Amino acid sequence: MQLETLVSQFQDKNEKAFESLYKMYSKSMHGVIYNIVRDNDLAEEVMQDVFIKAWNNSASYTAQKGRFFTWILNIARNAAIDKTRSKAFKNSKKNLQADFFVDILESNDNLNEQTNSIGIKKFVDKLAQKCIEVIELLYFKGFTQKEASETLDMPIGTIKTRNRNCINELRIMLDVK
Amino acid sequence: MTNKEYIESGILELYIAGSLSDAENKAVYDKLLTNPDLLDEVLKIEAAIVQLTAAASPSDTQHLFKAVKTKLGLDDKHETKVVPLHEPKTNWLAYSGWAASIVLAGGLIYLLNQQNALKTNIQTVKTELQEKTIDNTLLEERITTATANLTEAQKLLSVIRDKNIVSIPLSGQAVSPEAYATVYWDKNANNIYLDVQGLPEPPAGKVYQVWSLTLNPLAPTSLGTIDDFANNETKIFTIENANASEAFGITLEPEGGSTSPTMEQLYTLGAVSS
Repeated sequence: MQLETLVSQFQDKNEKAFESLYKMYSKSMHGVIYNIVRDNDLAEEVMQDVFIKAWNNSASYTAQKGRFFTWILNIARNAAIDKTRSKAFKNSKKNLQADFFVDILESNDNLNEQTNSIGIKKFVDKLAQKCIEVIELLYFKGFTQKEASETLDMPIGTIKTRNRNCINELRIMLDVK
Repeated sequence: MTNKEYIESGILELYIAGSLSDAENKAVYDKLLTNPDLLDEVLKIEAAIVQLTAAASPSDTQHLFKAVKTKLGLDDKHETKVVPLHEPKTNWLAYSGWAASIVLAGGLIYLLNQQNALKTNIQTVKTELQEKTIDNTLLEERITTATANLTEAQKLLSVIRDKNIVSIPLSGQAVSPEAYATVYWDKNANNIYLDVQGLPEPPAGKVYQVWSLTLNPLAPTSLGTIDDFANNETKIFTIENANASEAFGITLEPEGGSTSPTMEQLYTLGAVSS
């Protein structure tokens, strides 16, 4: 089924379409959230809240704003960052690891059929530090290109091309050419 | 800008990352609508990012959808019927059944108690009523007796006061000097009223016998025996007497009476004065 149709049905409060989208993106959202909060149970809780929020605010999504995946990815990153700003979270996690998502990928043995585990492992092994940083900021942290440019102290054009090359590497490893 | 140049710029990767401004997003979207090659590239980038981000999840999230639906109140009918609804439903039925039984049993016990209490009350009332009835009967009897006694007394009084009635005192004789009796003789009615208050109670097997006497020649005529001496409270007996009596005597005789007086057992004797 076309993704557009699925999203449209989801916006019409079709539970089947909701479930399909959940199956497609819940693990990704959990990965992004987990990378930020670094607590599996908490990440699961936030991820569920993200889908609840998506269901309740489905009408606010329009294709003009971007991809559905990107829309829900934004919700997930914001929800996770909000969580890290909460008092309870700060009290329990005083020193958040400065680790990047790659550390999770390296130690993660819970890769299922959805994720090309061999490809991911190969990608991580080959991944240059410059790729790790840019992917971390753009996809896992939701930085704008301008913010990433400032954080990494490099021009926006460089960020764009470097990111492009890194994602190409990933696609080759995952066989998504 | 050719498609290749556009793709190589890296804008589509940023589009997926959500790092572009609203205006840039709109511009990319418009291009995608008319350019299937660009859309194809977008889908591939997205697929790679979905896998990459999913790889960062140490959790299997699929089973959590149920919880999401529950939180949204979207519990699908199948599950709700099998798990959360069905069980409490039967439990509820069972509990309410037990509760109803207990209430019913309690109610029955209460009603039984009430019934017993009522029965007891009814019995009590019945007993009281019977007692009252008995009391009433006794009272009625007493009234009747009293009335009768009064009538009797009034009759006696009228007898005593009647100028036509002759009063004859009978005095005690040898066998019982303390004994006495009085005869009130209503000649018009041919009746005597015999007052034997002054006679001792006759011994068992014996009765008093009343005699009418003529003195010249001395001849006794039996007026009958006093059979219920003990039971007569007033000790006044009405006896028919159509004889031309000159005296009255009372003797103690064997039960049933004698044909002639036993003179040894003459208790009282009195002559009519004129």
